[in-house]
Amino acid sequence: MNAPVLIDTIGLGQLIKLLQKKGYQVMGPTVRDEAIVYDTLDSINDLPQGWTDEQEAGHYRIKKRDDNAYFGYVVGPHSWKKYLHPPRRRLWRAEQKDGEVDIIPESAESTRFAFLGVRSCELHAITIQDEVFIKGPHVDNDYRLRRENALIIAVNCTQSAPTCFCVSMNTGPKAESGYDLVLTEILENNIHHFLVQAGSEKGLELLGELDPRPAKESDISKAEKGIEQAAQQMSRSMKTDGIKELLFENLEHPRWDEVAERCLSCANCTMVCPTCFCSTVEDVTDITGDHAERWQRWDSCFTMDFSYLHGGSVRSSTKSRYRQWMTHKLASWIDQFGSSGCVGCGRCVTWCPVGIDITEEVRAIENAGSKTSTPSQGGKE
Amino acid sequence: MAERSKPKVAVWKFASCDGCQLSLLDCEDELLAVAEEIQIANFPEASREVIEGPYDVSLVEGSVTTPHDRERIQMVRKSSKVLITIGACATAGGIQALRNFKDVKDFINTVYANPEFIDTLDQSTPIADHVKVDFELRGCPINKMQLVEVINAFLNSRKPNTPPHSTCIDCKLEGNVCVMVAQGTPCLGPVTHTGCGALCPTYNRGCYGCFGPKETPNTNSLSSWLKQSGANDDQMMRAFRGFNAWSEPFRKESESHD
Ligand code: SF4
Ligand code: SF4
Ligand code: SF4
Ligand code: SF4
Repeated sequence: MNAPVLIDTIGLGQLIKLLQKKGYQVMGPTVRDEAIVYDTLDSINDLPQGWTDEQEAGHYRIKKRDDNAYFGYVVGPHSWKKYLHPPRRRLWRAEQKDGEVDIIPESAESTRFAFLGVRSCELHAITIQDEVFIKGPHVDNDYRLRRENALIIAVNCTQSAPTCFCVSMNTGPKAESGYDLVLTEILENNIHHFLVQAGSEKGLELLGELDPRPAKESDISKAEKGIEQAAQQMSRSMKTDGIKELLFENLEHPRWDEVAERCLSCANCTMVCPTCFCSTVEDVTDITGDHAERWQRWDSCFTMDFSYLHGGSVRSSTKSRYRQWMTHKLASWIDQFGSSGCVGCGRCVTWCPVGIDITEEVRAIENAGSKTSTPSQGGKE
Repeated sequence: MAERSKPKVAVWKFASCDGCQLSLLDCEDELLAVAEEIQIANFPEASREVIEGPYDVSLVEGSVTTPHDRERIQMVRKSSKVLITIGACATAGGIQALRNFKDVKDFINTVYANPEFIDTLDQSTPIADHVKVDFELRGCPINKMQLVEVINAFLNSRKPNTPPHSTCIDCKLEGNVCVMVAQGTPCLGPVTHTGCGALCPTYNRGCYGCFGPKETPNTNSLSSWLKQSGANDDQMMRAFRGFNAWSEPFRKESESHD
């Protein structure tokens, strides 16, 4: 949208203030409970300056950095889904009086969020949830409203975690679209600059109020080098060519039994996944029965209730539940929504309490599959 | 709404600490509303008044530990249309079921000056081992809001919202950071029935398993992971030998580390 410009830390602080002045609730990364979570930001001081995260399958620790970078961490336990598709939400209420039942719909949420620090994989995840909630035949109006009101300030990753695999999913580390502004942090001798580019009219307007400096060629190449470094560091990957066929042709593969021995069916992976969208509804009444409410809450294909049809659960084994999660994410999602349901953020890998790694599970099926069938991945038997 | 007759509710105590039935009294705000809608027929903790059975609902707290209780629970069942057990003692045998792993006579001889006066069973067992139970409400102690929910659901002829899934789901709904992954604190959340709202992880502690095993618990995988992370057999045995030690999945798991 514009030639890249530069702001410094004062500019970043001003940006937060400016957004607040414009009536946005600014949400972004902050340190809480030994992790970098997403929460309300009052000022630049709330950012996790000087902190980073160390991640592996089933393992996360925050660590002090040896510099004072603001965005020197990767992704944490939370995703923006908690704001756009909240964990619990009342759908409607009903009152009963003199034999009449009155249904009171929930008034649409009008919070205007500004998300600061959205990573490339997360932009893709938001686009995927848009597809689910807005683009399909059944529009979730509450989601649509929050989404339309939201302002997105992306940050390019200049480092990646060992659990990331966005490069192989074509979802990062560089933010290509879907943001209003995108920042790249440039840190040299503890002097901060942020290379900024607008991705929308709204972003351009904001930028105009910040009084940025034009960026030099060298600034742009420093930013690019940072992003390149994030891509270079990435050790995990997932092979996506023919993955749908590979999984569908191996629905009875012995690997599903093996992963089921380890899987706790605890649902943490689906809760942390930024694209998982499943929810259930719970009806509550007050004691008198005159007042009823319907609530929506996140659900997961790892619960028995999820596949409960009259008489019992269709997916009673953990094997069938793990298989549902993985084949939905990586295969049937493509038919349903036109893309993979995985953006390679690595959250399900890090936050699985027993370190089950979706990339490793795919590889196990792929390797074993190629032994019994043709050598090409997902080849016909 | 249409007048409905007030159901007669009785509260019974077996071997327990009273904590669960006190949860009902603890429901300050909701208690008045509850009391308006039901007739408390027998609730010694709250009132001395006793109304004769039969009862529409019996809430049973505690486990069966004596020959006398073994008889009494049959009487309770006969006089109750619906029998709901509340708390880990009633649903799993409680902490007193630790006796089940040893010889109870040894305990009696050590603890009591006159062991001959003690008439007790070898094991502490859940109510469902003795009579048919219509609904089990888990927890040590139960969550008072869940108790209100169960009574409420019963009054309004609907299913109570007390899902059997993992504590992790509620931990995540709360927005907590997992203490196991982020701090290396052992947590039974992934194998534990939800109900407390992930209370301990919310305060940065691991889950103790107060609500017993969740649906399809994989205790073995969790133990293997924790042992790989440095826990020993004794710690694993103790982790599963708490208030729900006698529930089958936890019992088997603790025995495998004994
Ligand atoms: S499946 Fe795992 S890696 Fe992929 S988007 Fe979901 S949480 Fe991220
Ligand atoms: S993987 Fe499971 S929880 Fe996630 S969207 Fe698919 S069915 Fe829903
Ligand atoms: S894969 Fe991991 S996080 Fe997901 S349900 Fe299984 S044990 Fe839980
Ligand atoms: S802290 Fe415990 S209950 Fe919460 S997600 Fe982690 S393992 Fe599950």
